[in-house]
Amino acid sequence: MWGSDREPHIAQTHREAPTRVPETEPRTGARSAAPAVELIDVTKVFPGVVANDSVNLLVERGEIHAVVGENGAGKSTLMKILFGMQAPDEGTIRVGGQETGFASPKEAIAAGIGMVHQHFMLADNLTVVENIVLGFEPTRGPRLDFVKARAKITELADVHGLPIDPDVLVETLAVGERQRVEILKVLYRGAEILILDEPTAVLVPQEVEELFRNLHSLRDEGVTIIFISHKLDEVLAIADRITVMRGGKTVATVDPRDVDAHQLAELMVGSELPTPETRESTVTDQVELEVEGVGVRAGERWALRNISFVIRRGEVVGIAGVEGNGQSELIEALIGVRQADEGRIELGGLDITGWGTRERLENGLGIIPEDRHRQALLLSSPLWENAMLGHQSLEPFVDGPWIQREGARERTQTIVDAFDVRTPGVDTLAIALSGGNQQKLIVGREMVSEPRMLIAAHPTRGIDVGAQAAVWEQLRNARALGLAVLLISADLEELIGLSDTLRVIYRGRLVADLDPATVTPEELGSYMTGVRQEVTE
Amino acid sequence: MNGRLRSLGTVLAAPAAALVFALVVGSIALSVVGVNPLFAYSEMLEFSASANSFVSIFNRAVPLYISAIAVAIGFKMLLFNIGVEGQYLLAGLVAAAVGAQLTLWAPLHIVVMLVVAVVVGAVWAGIAGILKTWRGVHEVVSTIMLNFIAFSVVAFLLKNYFRDDPASLNLATKPLPLSGRFPSLNPVLEFFGLEPASGFELRGYLLVAVLLGVLYYILVWRTRFGFDLRASGLNADAALFSGVKPKRMVVLTMLISGGFAGLVGMGQVTGFFYGYTQDFPRFLGFDGIAVALLGRNHPVGMGLGALIIGFLRRSSQILDLRGVPREVTVIIEGVVVLAVVVAYEVVNRRVQAAEVKAAAEATQRPGGVAEAA
Repeated sequence: MWGSDREPHIAQTHREAPTRVPETEPRTGARSAAPAVELIDVTKVFPGVVANDSVNLLVERGEIHAVVGENGAGKSTLMKILFGMQAPDEGTIRVGGQETGFASPKEAIAAGIGMVHQHFMLADNLTVVENIVLGFEPTRGPRLDFVKARAKITELADVHGLPIDPDVLVETLAVGERQRVEILKVLYRGAEILILDEPTAVLVPQEVEELFRNLHSLRDEGVTIIFISHKLDEVLAIADRITVMRGGKTVATVDPRDVDAHQLAELMVGSELPTPETRESTVTDQVELEVEGVGVRAGERWALRNISFVIRRGEVVGIAGVEGNGQSELIEALIGVRQADEGRIELGGLDITGWGTRERLENGLGIIPEDRHRQALLLSSPLWENAMLGHQSLEPFVDGPWIQREGARERTQTIVDAFDVRTPGVDTLAIALSGGNQQKLIVGREMVSEPRMLIAAHPTRGIDVGAQAAVWEQLRNARALGLAVLLISADLEELIGLSDTLRVIYRGRLVADLDPATVTPEELGSYMTGVRQEVTE
Repeated sequence: MNGRLRSLGTVLAAPAAALVFALVVGSIALSVVGVNPLFAYSEMLEFSASANSFVSIFNRAVPLYISAIAVAIGFKMLLFNIGVEGQYLLAGLVAAAVGAQLTLWAPLHIVVMLVVAVVVGAVWAGIAGILKTWRGVHEVVSTIMLNFIAFSVVAFLLKNYFRDDPASLNLATKPLPLSGRFPSLNPVLEFFGLEPASGFELRGYLLVAVLLGVLYYILVWRTRFGFDLRASGLNADAALFSGVKPKRMVVLTMLISGGFAGLVGMGQVTGFFYGYTQDFPRFLGFDGIAVALLGRNHPVGMGLGALIIGFLRRSSQILDLRGVPREVTVIIEGVVVLAVVVAYEVVNRRVQAAEVKAAAEATQRPGGVAEAA
């Protein structure tokens, strides 16, 4: 349900279906048996979004088949369908030549499909053996037969080259070892087809190499592997074949020997980028926001490092990037929900690095958060209270410590009128509005309060085309009046159409400084996927 | 559609349904033990319809109501103050001990005692708030533990320091001087023609409870602090993004909740025992949790909830005399609280479904906003 909310934009904007690169035979050579997995015209529709649109996928037995695509391209939905977590609306699924329709992961497991999730599902306070057999415990009479379990696991580990000490507690293991336990767990249940969802996201480079060695040896033992990722260099290194998804469709299946990362990036992003509207630049020379060397730690690693940029009055700076590359941390550091671990932030000439969120909001910072329901709304409260949220220390919502109900209602009515929020009234509960109307209310409450600096994360996600155009118009008008905007979006049309400057974020760093008027899809795609890196300091 | 009427309807419909359900369960229990439920219920009603019972019900309801407010303030931001019990006992003891040492102009004397009670309650609850923000100790665990510590501290202080007469068997603080005693409201009752028997005095502390109810409403629904508080409870992430400092909110809310908790037993201190004794009523803190649930943290709802519990406890006395097991009322009490929680869920869903429908209608037709208005 979360996914459906998060996926619409790419899905709506780029829908041409080129099959630019011809399909080729897999490197390992197709075996005579039926393909391991075959999906034919699989379609899955969520309210308002087509997550999978006539998807076709053919995975041969004993190959490593990568599925790549941007966030929201439909990879996750596809895998959930294959693993029985979601039922397709249309289409045929064949596993080993047999037509199937899994109603639950249990049935998928019984059919020999195993999934290694991105977030491990292990019990820290149990040993490796205990974790692996959990739910499938071998017994001798009423007792668990750990001798048998250990023997079988040791055998599996030897055969597949996955060394592991079966008797240590999982909590003592490193991330790469935990992943090995997850893989063994799936193999123990008899899986012949392994689905790995972004398996390298949590690994350090050495662990990635180790994983790739393991996957190769698994493939040589006859295991079929479906490898989901958006990291092109890794995919090119590991896969026998690659299927590219974009906008809910499978746009091409290619042999990694025939393509390079740049071509693959272009396939992922699409061959055409929207052309920015020609318009006068409103960028002034007055700096509104200055970020200098900002870094944010996430445990051991840095989620964000060496971030420096400047936004002037009347300027929109767009941040492109695949989700999860530090955008959330950047937003949080800027609004003060999380304190930067290094660097400094200046707003309107004032050093706000040590300020709390409220002080920043009171000083003219506006925020349209990434996740509407989680970060921006009180769903069971009336609209006028939602309009207050983030402005509850400011007029006309309050007067000193007192809430001004009349002032708040009037202001809410202003927002509702100006931003065309369709609602019976300002006392309606926020949960009653459609996603698009909720988003219009959020955009409206920030714009009406006339901030000096707006952080807009996916400002038009999930709203219809008409409303989207209206929000864009509002942003352009505010920009013309001197508003500085940091725009973080997964919608390339939005980024290119609104931004004066385009930056790309990759693994917590700003890797490129591009001109939206001249940028090519190949350029953008290769920066977003880490094929090219030009660290700008 | 009138928003206020609608919300009042919601507030009342759920407990009414729950009460009926509880009476049905009570009837079954009565029938099982061979008593005609109608007989039992009419006895209870009849017994309660007297001036004495009126006084008794209100006197019982007052501490329950204040206790419920203390709990409800925490509930509003999903903070569970299970420690009202320890907070009010400790506050009552210290305030009684301080009050006994003072000689002041009467109203001021009482005010000073109440302030002492608020401070003691707040400090005791504040420990839990600080433990939570400083070391991540869950407030349910810490407040329960603080209850046990408070029981022992109270016993220790009473026995060793605050005891009036070491020779006497009665373990109590020195009686309050007259200036520290809250006048009864019986003259008002008499004005309305109600004449309770001697020993039945409607404690003037009722007025304090009403005032606290108003204060609670204003604090939670009419101030910025209250907005931050409710936002934290409804959506902690959104509250964070709107500039609420979660740690500060936890400590502040615990302090305020504890402040209210400190006042729970002050009606008995200033209007009945005139001090703190061994017989001081217990379990008001836990009962307050039930009343807060019953009244859905609403100032009026909790008032009605406290009165219902007060009524059940008073009227159960007649059942004994009529040879009916009074435990039936305890069953009703328990069932009504459980049923109310369920009923609110049902009503809430209906209200939300209706809102969604109304909003959808307004959205689908162009110009629908005008038509719906």
